[in-house]
Amino acid sequence: MKPDVLIIGGGLNGAALAIALARAGMPVTLVESRPLDTFTAEDFDGRAYALSLASKRMLAALELWPSMADEAQPILDIRVADGRPGEGAGFGAVHFDHAEIEEGPMGWIVEDRVVRRALIDRLGETPGIDIRAPARVVDHQTTASGAEATLESGETLRTGLIVACDGRESPTARRAGIHRIRHDYGQSAIVCAVAHERDHGGAAHQLFLPAGPFAILPLPGGHRSSIVWAERPALAARLRNAAEDEFLAALRPRFGDFLGPIRLAGKRFVYPLSLSLAERMTAPRLALLGDAAHGIHPLAGQGFNLGLRDSAALAEVLVEAARRGEDVGSPLVLARYGAWRSFDNTTTALAMSALDGLFSNDNPLLRLGRNLGLAAVERLPALKRRFIREAAGLTGALPRLLEGRPL
Amino acid sequence: MTGLRETIDPAEIAKFEAMADEWWDPAGKFRPLHMLNPCRLDYITRQIAGEFGRDLAAPRPFEGLRVLDIGCGGGLLAEPMARLGADVVGADAAEGNIHVARIHAAREGLAIDYRATTAEALAEAGEAFDVVLNMEVVEHVSDPPAYLAACHRLVRPGGIMVISTLNRTMKSFAAAIVGAEYVMRWLPRGTHDWRRFITPEELAALLGEAGFEVVDRTGFVFNPLGWSWSLSERDLSVNYAMTARHPG
Repeated sequence: MKPDVLIIGGGLNGAALAIALARAGMPVTLVESRPLDTFTAEDFDGRAYALSLASKRMLAALELWPSMADEAQPILDIRVADGRPGEGAGFGAVHFDHAEIEEGPMGWIVEDRVVRRALIDRLGETPGIDIRAPARVVDHQTTASGAEATLESGETLRTGLIVACDGRESPTARRAGIHRIRHDYGQSAIVCAVAHERDHGGAAHQLFLPAGPFAILPLPGGHRSSIVWAERPALAARLRNAAEDEFLAALRPRFGDFLGPIRLAGKRFVYPLSLSLAERMTAPRLALLGDAAHGIHPLAGQGFNLGLRDSAALAEVLVEAARRGEDVGSPLVLARYGAWRSFDNTTTALAMSALDGLFSNDNPLLRLGRNLGLAAVERLPALKRRFIREAAGLTGALPRLLEGRPL
Repeated sequence: MTGLRETIDPAEIAKFEAMADEWWDPAGKFRPLHMLNPCRLDYITRQIAGEFGRDLAAPRPFEGLRVLDIGCGGGLLAEPMARLGADVVGADAAEGNIHVARIHAAREGLAIDYRATTAEALAEAGEAFDVVLNMEVVEHVSDPPAYLAACHRLVRPGGIMVISTLNRTMKSFAAAIVGAEYVMRWLPRGTHDWRRFITPEELAALLGEAGFEVVDRTGFVFNPLGWSWSLSERDLSVNYAMTARHPG
């Protein structure tokens, strides 16, 4: 019998969707071009995610959270400020304290390799997932009643629905003729772990500098933080290869001295920052998910949270459809996923872009306005609570998994 | 599927292929039915699962159940039932619908026994089913008591019939006739005759006279803001369904 769903791409979102579907009783095939253990190597990536409360609930519902919990740092406080290098934070700093919403911490910082290891372990333990890795999909065809993917080996896999989780350049979406809207921010992000003398106390910091946003995300143990530092691409490339002393000399004015002396605690990585939105989230017998649908600016760590929201919504739509006997790849079913997700994805991507454009600018008038705006947010508790709940992923019509409920 | 290509000429087959596309186009002529369908299916599948002790999360939960869909049209209910593992007979008095349904089921790789026939004729032939689906049919028949008596003969003792229709209220007149037929043009004018709509009390009485025991009544409620349907235990004012058991 053909599997109901064929997932192309075994990254975070593809793996999360496969686990969610298989646990609800839907047979799944997962195709990934790299060997799965590549992802868990210590130096593979270096990124950390700010998981929202809703994302954490979903990971808990999929029984993924217990193996991550010990290595997750709760975010107890978020401080957002506008600043210029060497000047520290402007007078309009906003302070979001988790005591202002009743659900507990606003999020958790978890390193990429920790999330991946949890997902890959669970993939192997979940019955009903046929894993093909390393294997590459080189072509796919769709008909009114099904789809067929061709692997590099020449093997063809038949299915009712293909879900493309193959990243922001999604070859699957391209083959289906889905166009993308792209925007290059003219920035690169430098990502690395920094060790510091004083305890961070669970506080995350977001500073809007003229060259782009700068974030300090607290890592477990209290004395390490992950930084995300947006810079002009040429400077970012130079900083990646600079000697540690030179790198730290450039970092200190931005990082500040509030955590005491700092040193590098791992490799440096540089990622170009760009927006890549698919014009549609579905095509006949095809659904796009995660970065394949929307590669957004990594500001505020919303990319992975959005991907998990896609996975939770798609899993719920497909499982409900399968249980009432519907054809899960039919346009009727895919339209429900498209309607549920496209608004949320587009608004998040545009909001992140607008926020960055507004803050990453040295115009003195804008700067004053920003400070006044931030000061206004600080003085309006209800508005602040709304921002905090938004950041925690607690707004909008939530899929069951994001409420921590099983399918 | 057997015999289709032998008994119809190729021009007719092309016509039915096009009609099948139309039946199953979510944005096409049958859009109102496609919008209602998930809600109807939720009701039907939960009632069957409840009555026969089946787990909808299991693969092919309706395996071993014989299901009849009366007035099957293009197969919007028959196909899901077959996908859930039931042994399905789809009946429609309109022969064109049967050709359309056969073509679509073949495309989907589903084995469904479609027949151009009526409930009365099937009962006459001594056919019997665990489940009879009788969705939006009774308001179109000329002699409801005789029709429901035939349906009763089709349900095995211990089996159920799921039946849906339209209530006869001012709201159903506004929604089904004025709204759906005239304003929205969802349905061809004259599809419904409001005087033939049946109140839940009347339907329950008719089902009782036919020998059924009513075990559930539920409303299908349209939400114009979300353009979606939901089930309601309280609001049976327009579309509603009942589940009736053949005691035995």
